[in-house]
Amino acid sequence: MTAPPEITARQDLMGLLARARPARLAQLFPDMPPHDMLRPPEIGAVMVRGRAGGTGAPFNLGEVTVTRCVLRLTSGEVGHAHVQGRDKAHATRAALVDAMMQTQAAGHLQAAVLAPLRAEESARRSDRATKAAATKVEFFTLVRGEDQ
Amino acid sequence: MYVAVKGGERAIDAAHAWLAEERRGDTGIAALSVAQIREQLALAVNRVMAEGSLYDPDLAALAIKQSRGDLIEAVFLIRAYRTTLPRFGASSPIDTGRMALTRRISATFKDLPGGQILGPTFDYTHRLLDFALMAEGETPASVISAPVSSPTGETGVHLAAAVPHVTGFLNRDGLIQTETPGDSTPPDLTREPMELPATRPLRLQALTRGDEGFVLSLAYSTQRGYGRTHAFVGELRIGTVAVEMDIPELGFAVQIGEVEVTECETVNQFTGSKTEPPQFTRGYGLVFGQTERKAISMSLVDRALRWQELGEDFTGAPAQDEEFVLMHADNVQATGFLEHIKLPHYVDFQAELELIRRLRAEAIAAKEAAE
Repeated sequence: MTAPPEITARQDLMGLLARARPARLAQLFPDMPPHDMLRPPEIGAVMVRGRAGGTGAPFNLGEVTVTRCVLRLTSGEVGHAHVQGRDKAHATRAALVDAMMQTQAAGHLQAAVLAPLRAEESARRSDRATKAAATKVEFFTLVRGEDQ
Repeated sequence: MYVAVKGGERAIDAAHAWLAEERRGDTGIAALSVAQIREQLALAVNRVMAEGSLYDPDLAALAIKQSRGDLIEAVFLIRAYRTTLPRFGASSPIDTGRMALTRRISATFKDLPGGQILGPTFDYTHRLLDFALMAEGETPASVISAPVSSPTGETGVHLAAAVPHVTGFLNRDGLIQTETPGDSTPPDLTREPMELPATRPLRLQALTRGDEGFVLSLAYSTQRGYGRTHAFVGELRIGTVAVEMDIPELGFAVQIGEVEVTECETVNQFTGSKTEPPQFTRGYGLVFGQTERKAISMSLVDRALRWQELGEDFTGAPAQDEEFVLMHADNVQATGFLEHIKLPHYVDFQAELELIRRLRAEAIAAKEAAE
């Protein structure tokens, strides 16, 4: 099942906003435009599931704190956010960006907010991946007696 | 029996004030920030998140600070906090095959696809105290050099791409028992009281939040012969995975964040039973954070508890006894019942005193009558 491209794009940006560092998002998107709260930022928990043996039956691993928010811009677009942690401003900003990405401001936000977040996340991951790769074992086999 | 007792409020207030003072310690020494605990005592934070059953590094660090480093007390604080949170839902099962790896080792295959990645491990350290850490102002310079051949592209993103599980290779040859995939809603012991006999999903939930020391000791007991399962670590991996949840009002799933987890899969020698052919069997451990001792322990105990399903004999070993394991794994429950005996039991004890006095008097009278 493949989702239509506009849904994939929205999933992608919502995930990016959820994973963003709240302080960095606040830097890139400091001024919140006027909006009405449909569901004011609320802190709760989501039960994270795993699977037995990695691929088998689901089981409950433990919860993660999550803040959710739904709001409407004065122009009518509705934005949603579910972000890890307990930062209400983070959830509000994520919902605002989600809503504004449905407006004329999308192009500007893409360049001013989403692109830097994406680049920085990518750099963080790449940094850890490089460190991990440096600890990769290169085995070599010693010459055994019978080979001599 | 408990009786309402009045009095002691002033003493309790003074005790709490002193506790706060002792928690702070010498005010001539800089106070520890929550961020410092989160960053520099990360493995304690991970343990509190795993056993507190709530992934939130800031809260776990706060709990450690508040509890003066008493990790079971910190777990208690986290458990108490999580009961105040509304439950928004459950995530899709995390896909550990798409983990951004920081560590991945196998004790069964040297040259496994994807390679062996040691990660930031204590293994191969000499366990000698490093007095440099005690000296003022040390900042060890990063000496990590780029690998000879970088396995990542320019973005690094594809490290999060699929890295196959070792058990998958064995599956291909039919040499290992397979897991039955499913999408049934698992039981949740934080919502309904635990019912025995338990299903494997319920056991896994109890083990992943169980006390590390208890689970470790049980796992060790199986290695020493009490319910031996001949385990090899097929694969141990640590890294971050995305947490994705369906949002009903949107009609699609979104990533809500990512968590670090440790996963251990054991491959166990199995010569067959009345019901199962000879093949390798599996134990599974999955724990929040970088918690490899716990994850390995969990996988050994999980395997030991599967004796019935695999048609093995019950040898009476503690690690095979589901009720024994599940009812005693939780350190908050255990602490609560253990420590309650220090609270006033004056009336109970008065009754005991009277009973002993009466029995003694009767015994002495009987002895005298016999003489």
